[in-house]
Amino acid sequence: MIVLTPLRNFQFPVHAECINPDVFQGKTVAEIASLAVWEGNKQRKLGDLFKIEETPAETPDITINGDASEVRRVGQGMKNGEIVINGNAGMHLGEKMAGGKITINGNAAGWTGSSMKKGLIEIHGDASDYLATPYRGSTEGMRGGKIVVDGNVGSDSGCYLRGGVIIVKGNADPFLGFQISDGVIYVEKNAAARLGASMTGGKIVVSGVAEDLMPTFTVDSVKAKVKIDDTLKVDGPFYVFLGDLAERGNGKLFVSKTSNPQLGPIYDKYL
Amino acid sequence: MIEMLIKNGFVFDPLNGINGEKMDIAIRNGKIVESVNDHKAKKIDATGLTVMPGAVDIHTHIAGGEVNTGRMIRPEDHIKDVVRKTALTRSGTGYSIPSTFVTGYRYSKMGYTTVMNPSMAPLGAKHTHEELNDIPLVDKASYPLIGDWWFVLEYLQKGDLEGCARHVAWMMETTKGYAIKIVNPGGLESWGFGGNVHSIDDQVPNFGITPREIVCGLAKVNKMLNLPHSIHLHTNNLGIPGNYVTTLDTMKALESVATDGRPVCHITHLQFSSFAGDSWGNMRSAAEEISKYINNHNHMTFDMGQIIFTDTTTMTADGPFEYTLYQLSGHKWVNSDVETETSGGIIPMRYKRTSAVNATQWSIGLELALLVEDPWKMFMTTDHPNAGPFFKYPKIIAWLTSRKARMATLKKCHKKAQRKSLLPSIKRELSLYELAIVTRAGQAKALGLKEKGHLGVGADADVAIYNINPEKLDIALKYKTARRAFGNAAYTIKDGKVVVKDGEVVQHVDGKTIWLDVKTTEQIKVDEEMKRKFKQYWTVEYDNYPVFDHYVKVPEAITIKASV
Repeated sequence: MIVLTPLRNFQFPVHAECINPDVFQGKTVAEIASLAVWEGNKQRKLGDLFKIEETPAETPDITINGDASEVRRVGQGMKNGEIVINGNAGMHLGEKMAGGKITINGNAAGWTGSSMKKGLIEIHGDASDYLATPYRGSTEGMRGGKIVVDGNVGSDSGCYLRGGVIIVKGNADPFLGFQISDGVIYVEKNAAARLGASMTGGKIVVSGVAEDLMPTFTVDSVKAKVKIDDTLKVDGPFYVFLGDLAERGNGKLFVSKTSNPQLGPIYDKYL
Repeated sequence: MIEMLIKNGFVFDPLNGINGEKMDIAIRNGKIVESVNDHKAKKIDATGLTVMPGAVDIHTHIAGGEVNTGRMIRPEDHIKDVVRKTALTRSGTGYSIPSTFVTGYRYSKMGYTTVMNPSMAPLGAKHTHEELNDIPLVDKASYPLIGDWWFVLEYLQKGDLEGCARHVAWMMETTKGYAIKIVNPGGLESWGFGGNVHSIDDQVPNFGITPREIVCGLAKVNKMLNLPHSIHLHTNNLGIPGNYVTTLDTMKALESVATDGRPVCHITHLQFSSFAGDSWGNMRSAAEEISKYINNHNHMTFDMGQIIFTDTTTMTADGPFEYTLYQLSGHKWVNSDVETETSGGIIPMRYKRTSAVNATQWSIGLELALLVEDPWKMFMTTDHPNAGPFFKYPKIIAWLTSRKARMATLKKCHKKAQRKSLLPSIKRELSLYELAIVTRAGQAKALGLKEKGHLGVGADADVAIYNINPEKLDIALKYKTARRAFGNAAYTIKDGKVVVKDGEVVQHVDGKTIWLDVKTTEQIKVDEEMKRKFKQYWTVEYDNYPVFDHYVKVPEAITIKASV
């Protein structure tokens, strides 16, 4: 197992897609130290920026101890292994990841798990904007795998989701699940405006307050329980909304009935 | 005096009838000459290499408003293709809509030296020329969109062809353009009101004329002005199943205009205009019907618009067609109405082998190119970036020259498309000589560029040298080797200077911008009435409208004497 400790506070973004178990596999500490990274517009070696140590423990494969909030693209495209970050993580963490596990004992920055295909990301803190959302302009959203956030998530999270599960134990900012076509998003607390805008499929479940429901969703029924994935079922009751009708969508939006008494006078008469 | 001698190459120069002969090419001051001083001249040893004239692309969207808007809406297209700067070349981004410098470098690496930007909204002419100025290593020209331009429609409505001709001559000078481009004639004007035309005899709203009258009228105007290229036409109903009927109607309508045996019209990206069937479900190839007509008539030229299976961006002045694509894909899109001139639309597109429609489209392009017997009529393009990015041309070269290559791709296509494809029955494989026609000689001839596309004395010294030994390498069998060779020219020589060596840019040269200075007997007067119309209908004043000479960095005006 490799332990990386930042040698200083980075003033400029560090692009370190080489911090990846697949890349470190079979390399000596000296070889790892000579991997190329960019700091701002300067090319450097990983060893110039991090103290690199090897420990005998088997897992996790890579540990970063300290603030890595300026270290971007860690675990990009990783297929196997495990990364633990004891501190805050930088942008594009686990982008296009295809397997393995990343644990962040701190906060995650934007685009964490962007377009991921498989694997698990656990964030024991807050996640910033664009969680699991593809790069700007792209519609190739997350296809599979699982992201669990203990805190809150920023805006535009889970956009273009095509599969997989996102579990948020805190609140979600606006545009959660914009234009998703499949997959599941579960928010344990409140969700802000434009929830599920333009969704054409998939499932969004909100146990807390849904701040401002889009008028392009129609109420369908009330359900007592919703299945999130094989290991998790959530108790309701939930209003089931279908939409987004502006996109002729067939997505399902589950909003807690007990947390949202304001919806009763509007929708109950259509049930 | 800069002299150069390209020694001992296998020369393919179809315009001069040279088919793979071993000979030397002499260059002095950027022109091909009879001979040079053998001692002083810089020598390029082309022993065992194929020497061709610099390639010419008759239709490629590389500059202008729609290209730039395409760049803006596709950050995800650029991130996968980032080009770093070198000591000599500039940085940029690529893939389906490369930045200007990267466009020039990539064309040059494939041995291209002349490229034509086929759609320039007159209102965006200044912008287009600013972008063209920044595309290095290639000569370029632009075709203004005239088919739905209000003044032209008014002249045609009145039946005043001479007035129309003088107006078009003025337009060429005002926009620094090269040929008359017509896109979905009448359809774009209708699109301003949310409509479209569906046959060449539909009425255009507010003008009471038909697409037939626009196309034939402008084809006649083109002849009156003696323009070097014919009209450049994107047909009505493009990209809609069953549209081959409209295409045939258009070609038949133009028979009456052709009198002297010269082509009167170039139908561009013909693949998109050759769909049979009446829905996407039963859409099939009409290449057989179309190529039969082409083989029996000589008044038209065409280019392929060959599909490449990749992620690309479609962009055309055909606004209603882009709206159709949006309805099919639901992807992000841009659509615009360019005041009184034209319209425009952009939408990203991913052509997939596993889609029956896309795979059939791929097959149609190749069927057309192979079933049309005369290579001087059918040229190689992808309608960059509509059917695929231009730097994938080596793939098309492989498909055209090697049955093995195209069968390998067909095998991976959708089963339904495989069953319907005519490709298994086509044995033809283009030779290097024919390839030189469809990639340079034919295109230069159709464009009327007298100094391009050949290596005769007096031609521009634009030469492409490829690492292919026609005596040793059978490109039909070793298509992958050929593909690499055509993608990375051993040498590209532009105006007598080596700009690319072994697929790497080694020198920066600014390309010329070619435009037409058409001399009519009576010049059009920009009178008060015309200025009033500008004030009333345009967002810019007339005085800010024309492309002045200083806008064009390296201008090359071709003076044409018109017969009106």
